[in-house]
Amino acid sequence: MKQTQIHNEQPPRRYGMAIDVDKCTGCGSCMVACFSENNVPFKQDETDKLLSITWMRVYQLTNGKTFPHTEVAYLPRPCQHCAGQHEGHSPCVSVCPATATDYSADTGIVSQIYTRCFGCRYCMGACPYHARYFNWWDPVWPDGMEKYLSPNVSPRMRGVVEKCSFCFHRYQMARDKAYTEGGRKVQEAEYQTACAQACPAGAIVFGDLNDPSHAVNQIVKPDAHNHYKSGNPRAFRLLERLGTNTKVYYLSSREWVRRSGDNYRADEQPGMPGAAAQHG
Amino acid sequence: MSSHDKYQSHGDSHSSAKAPDEGAYIFLFFLIGFALSMVVGWGVFPTLLYSKKHQPFDFNHKQHLQIVDNGCQSCHFFRTDGSFSGSPRLAQCVGCHNEMQGQSESEKAFFEQYVVQGREVPWLVYSRQPDCVFFSHAAHIHGAKLDCVTCHGHMAASENLKSYEQNRITGYSRDLWGRNISGLKHNSWDRMKMDDCAECHARYQVVHDSSVQTGRDACFVCHK
Repeated sequence: MKQTQIHNEQPPRRYGMAIDVDKCTGCGSCMVACFSENNVPFKQDETDKLLSITWMRVYQLTNGKTFPHTEVAYLPRPCQHCAGQHEGHSPCVSVCPATATDYSADTGIVSQIYTRCFGCRYCMGACPYHARYFNWWDPVWPDGMEKYLSPNVSPRMRGVVEKCSFCFHRYQMARDKAYTEGGRKVQEAEYQTACAQACPAGAIVFGDLNDPSHAVNQIVKPDAHNHYKSGNPRAFRLLERLGTNTKVYYLSSREWVRRSGDNYRADEQPGMPGAAAQHG
Repeated sequence: MSSHDKYQSHGDSHSSAKAPDEGAYIFLFFLIGFALSMVVGWGVFPTLLYSKKHQPFDFNHKQHLQIVDNGCQSCHFFRTDGSFSGSPRLAQCVGCHNEMQGQSESEKAFFEQYVVQGREVPWLVYSRQPDCVFFSHAAHIHGAKLDCVTCHGHMAASENLKSYEQNRITGYSRDLWGRNISGLKHNSWDRMKMDDCAECHARYQVVHDSSVQTGRDACFVCHK
């Protein structure tokens, strides 16, 4: 009575994001949407940003020049869902001693299972993007706010690490619908992250990087034979030379923005031989 | 050194003289302790561990199944978005129960306290999993073509609702761990811990291989 899995018959998905930095106004809608979608805990006093939990965080970049040449850009940073040099070798996944964080070959999503995590924070040390956060306290919701929590996302407890999941619960729900409709494929519009939907500027595009019909694939043009390096000259990835092979691509027409994605020497140009193409 | 030897020899002669009696006492003491720990472990502790709660009123699955047309799915159905409805809501019951159906005590309680007042029935769900679990009814019913009995047992034949037992420490239903304290399992629906999910998946070779860490089921398949 062998039952074949519908997933395994289809080519693996590779969910990823393209964020146009030139479109981002820095409004922070994505951060707010993420907070409410994923039951992210907050404290009464959030002045110490080192202790704030922000699955999605908007960073401000400046070109460092004085007026009138000053330019500012905003860079939203979710978990980058690194694939590493061979699929699944994410910095965090490879150090987790509890198998609490894992890489799915099916979706390319780096998962975090809170009930399995025992809070050693090894993954936080390994993550080059500061995308992981530790719960120093049990979440305390203001009176009545429990009623507004999403039942599809399990709230975290004190002593565990959490991070962006690409709104994986939305994938679970979309897959349920696909099962009910004869086990078809999950459509692009059925699985979108909260941040992508909330962005008023349309700067965040989310979808399957392996599916040519998805907008994110058309924007990024990833090269599957070269660690999914983007074929779009506007695109860059954060700290690409670490070889993390991330699934979040940033787009900008401004060179100084593209340069800020990695630590380049003064005489080095992004995209030059020996720069972004080199993998450690 | 010499004094130590003396004590040693003294002690030896002492014990050898009274050995049979002492051995019997020790054995008796062990037996009593063993019996007591068994009674506490198998009887007292499980009784203390689970609190018994009663459903708001009794429900007869067998009787209802004789009336409805579509089996279990008449009341426990899939929504159009693929999610599973679980326990029916008042609106579905009112389809038939807009007036008293029969004169039983349960019917009276249901009609007067819930239908008339428009309140939802706070059913206690025996099979409710912990918050961190994502269970997909769609994958199991539509994908694997399982029937309800495999996991829920012969609920369709039940004429009464059993009492709901809640683990005082975890707050979960006893049906997850199973009624049998020894952990023996006779039917597939006896308990529903993570191991039981894994056991069935392994038996029917529906092991996803999406986890890079383990090469088996990824946690994110059934957790959220």
